[in-house]
Formats: sequence, structure tokens, C-alpha cells
Amino acid sequence: MKNLISMRDLSANKIRQLLDLAESLEKDPSQIDLSRRVMAAVFYEASTRTRMSFESAMKRLGGEVIAMVGTSGTSVEKGETLADTAKVMARYSDIIVMRHPMEGAARYVSEQVDVPVVNAGDGANQHPTQSLLDLYTIKKAQGTLEGLKLALVGDLKYGRTVHSLAYALAPFNPEFYFISPRSLCMPIHILSDLTRMGVKFTEKKKIEKIVDHVDIMYVTRIQRERFPDREEYEKVKNAYIITADLLKNARDNLKVLHPLPRVNEITTDVDSTKYAYYFDQAENGVYMRQAILATLLGEVKS
Amino acid sequence: MNDVKVMKVDAIRNGTVIDHIPAGRVQRVLAILKPRKTDVVMMGMNFSSKAMQKKDIIKIEGRELNQHEVNSIALIAPDAKVSIIRDFNVTQKFKVEVPEVIEGLVKCPNPKCITNAEPMETRFRLVDAAGPDLACQYCERVYSADEMDHI
Repeated sequence: MKNLISMRDLSANKIRQLLDLAESLEKDPSQIDLSRRVMAAVFYEASTRTRMSFESAMKRLGGEVIAMVGTSGTSVEKGETLADTAKVMARYSDIIVMRHPMEGAARYVSEQVDVPVVNAGDGANQHPTQSLLDLYTIKKAQGTLEGLKLALVGDLKYGRTVHSLAYALAPFNPEFYFISPRSLCMPIHILSDLTRMGVKFTEKKKIEKIVDHVDIMYVTRIQRERFPDREEYEKVKNAYIITADLLKNARDNLKVLHPLPRVNEITTDVDSTKYAYYFDQAENGVYMRQAILATLLGEVKS
Repeated sequence: MNDVKVMKVDAIRNGTVIDHIPAGRVQRVLAILKPRKTDVVMMGMNFSSKAMQKKDIIKIEGRELNQHEVNSIALIAPDAKVSIIRDFNVTQKFKVEVPEVIEGLVKCPNPKCITNAEPMETRFRLVDAAGPDLACQYCERVYSADEMDHI
């Protein structure tokens, strides 16, 4: 594996290897030493969580980090092409972790440079490290990825995270409940892909009826910036609010996930229940990114 | 039968005939094939056709196009049939085929695709020959060829 650009490039076997390595690194990070290695975080748009999680992953394995965050005041503002910026960053570092608002930007950069490239989000297209940490989290929470019942809740139309999670889980015989307002439902081309792959799913508008049916509840934020029409946003923004009371009949093993940041989709009284798992999910991001960095930097036999 | 129709325009001694081009697309086909300045080219437009009702035809004197060259027109003339002529006789016939990889021929319709922002070539992979549907190598979206503008 030279780069990590898209979940589509990963075989089920490769995914399993990364999940196993993340688990092993969580137990014993000292097995990998990335000292004197430099990671360039090249972020064309702001991101707190993804970038800091990568930095934490790199530093906890002994590596160093250099960063460009946002384009203001950089060579990009002077009109430098993406290829040129990337080629220079490649001379400064051993691996590039990149976020860019245009779709396909990371793939393009990976063709331009010799160092490994990790896609940390390219517009609405892919965010494979998020998908992988979600898989790791679900496996850790339930002990398996096989045959789980999952509710994906919120903005299923624009939510890149839920799209790629649906694809990532498809080989593991899942049963999905897609819970969203009609205006934000799962795109038809994804539903037909899932049907073709033999994945069972049900679309619902109300969450109450399925709370006691599922092992995983994956909640996403309804993003204001997705709505050109303010009125439309006001109508749906409070459609699904997960409270401790809503979860009173939930299965014992239910875990609630959220890529964070949350606004009001999950009330804080859920935090102290056994169902809350979103902060563990954030922590898991560090282990998964360690596994990715170690693999791409050639520190793991593959 | 085809031979009779072909004879409507002057027959060529040696060269290539491209038949069954959808009516109105002959100029776009030529723009892709880029004949050399010295090539003798005949264009036929709006010929009647049993299969297509109306069709366009191109004849290029003195130049034999190969399958690879002709495949580049597959997106706008998917049913085109190619005949190679030697000494007034058809010596070889083939159909255009959409190539597995299409480079630098069509634009990605996704305005958020990196190919529309950087000085770079587009690259598509054929995902369904029936459409034909093409997947952008970069933004990964799938589009039907008739939604796409040619470069």
C-alpha cells in the first residue's frame, strides 16, 4: 500500500490488517518507532479533529509534524498550483496528510509526488481515515463487524461519513436503518449499490421505533452550510435529538457514535450512560491513524 | 447494401470510411480525429439510414485509421462502423469500442472536481459500456457520456 486515497482502493483483507494493527498499537505503541520521520499536514481548509488526531498519532510514535493550515498567507494565495505546493511539501517530509475542498485533490497529489499521501478529506468525496476509525470503533464496541444492526441518523444526503460507512460495512452482512427527514435521505445511487451488494436496509423517518432494535446508532450533524435556504434548515435541524430518555429501552450492547463535533443532536445527559461511545470513537482515531502512518511509512510488513 | 450507400459520396481508392455517425455530429468527430492538413476528407450529413433514420458519414482518402484511433470517437458516435478501403475494396471492417480508460477527451461535469481547478488531464474509467457510463478517476463520480462536454 503506497497511499491511502479512497476506501474503494482497499481490499477487505487490507482493511482487516489495518484494524488488527490499530488494535495492537492501542495495546503497545512501543512496537513502532517513527523518530526522525516527518509528517506534513497540508490542510487547505480548517479542521481541528482530523489534523490534531494525525499529529497526536505521529508524535506518540516518536515522529515529527510540520503543518500548513488554511491557505491564507501561503504560496497558494500567490497562485501556486496544487502540484507545485505538493512537490515542495514532499521534499520537506516523509509522508503527506492532506485535506482539500476539491474532490480528487489527494489522488492528483499522489500522482505528483514520491512520498506516500493520505487523504484526510477531499470535499464531499472521501475521508478514508474516518471510515477506518469508524470500522475500528464498531468492531471494538461490538467485538465483531459481522451481522450488526445499525441505525444511521441525520443528514444522510450530504453526509460523506455515512455514505462511506455504508460501503465499508457492506461486506460484513449488516442490516441498516436509514433515519432522516425526506429532504436529507440516502441518495438513490447509494441505495441501488447496496441493493446490488445484497445489503438489507430500511428507510424510516422516525427513530423511536427502532431504538430497541439496533447495536449501533451512528448520529450525524445536520450542517447549516448545506442549506441554501435558511427556512428549510430550520425545519429539519432539530429532527433527531438523542436523549437519555429516548434510549431507555435500548439493547444493553447499544453504542451511540458521532463523528463530532456535535451541536445538539445528542444531549449531554447521554454522555454518562453506558451507550455513549463518541469520545472513545475520537480516541480510536489516533490508533487507527497510527496504524495508517506506520503502514505507509513501511514500518509494517504487509 | 452498405457499399451502395457509401457510393453516394465519391468512392475513395484508399483510406477509411466511418459510417453510422449520429446526424449532426460529423464536425465533432472530425475535431477529435484531427485530420492532417493535407488529408482529403469528405463529409456527408443527414444521409437516410434504416437503423438511425439520419446519419453522417466521413471518408478520409489516403489514411487508414486503426482501432485505437477510432475508439476516441466512441463517446459521441457509439455505433460508428469503420471500413478500411484498399483499391476501392473494403479490406477490413470494425466497430468503434469505448476504451477502458479515456484520457483528456471529456470534461468532468462535477464543478467541485479537481480536474476543473488545476492544469491537468482528465481521466475516466469505463464502468458500463451500455450507457456508456464513465467514472472520474479523481472525484470518483459516475456520469453518463452524454452529460459530458468534450475538450
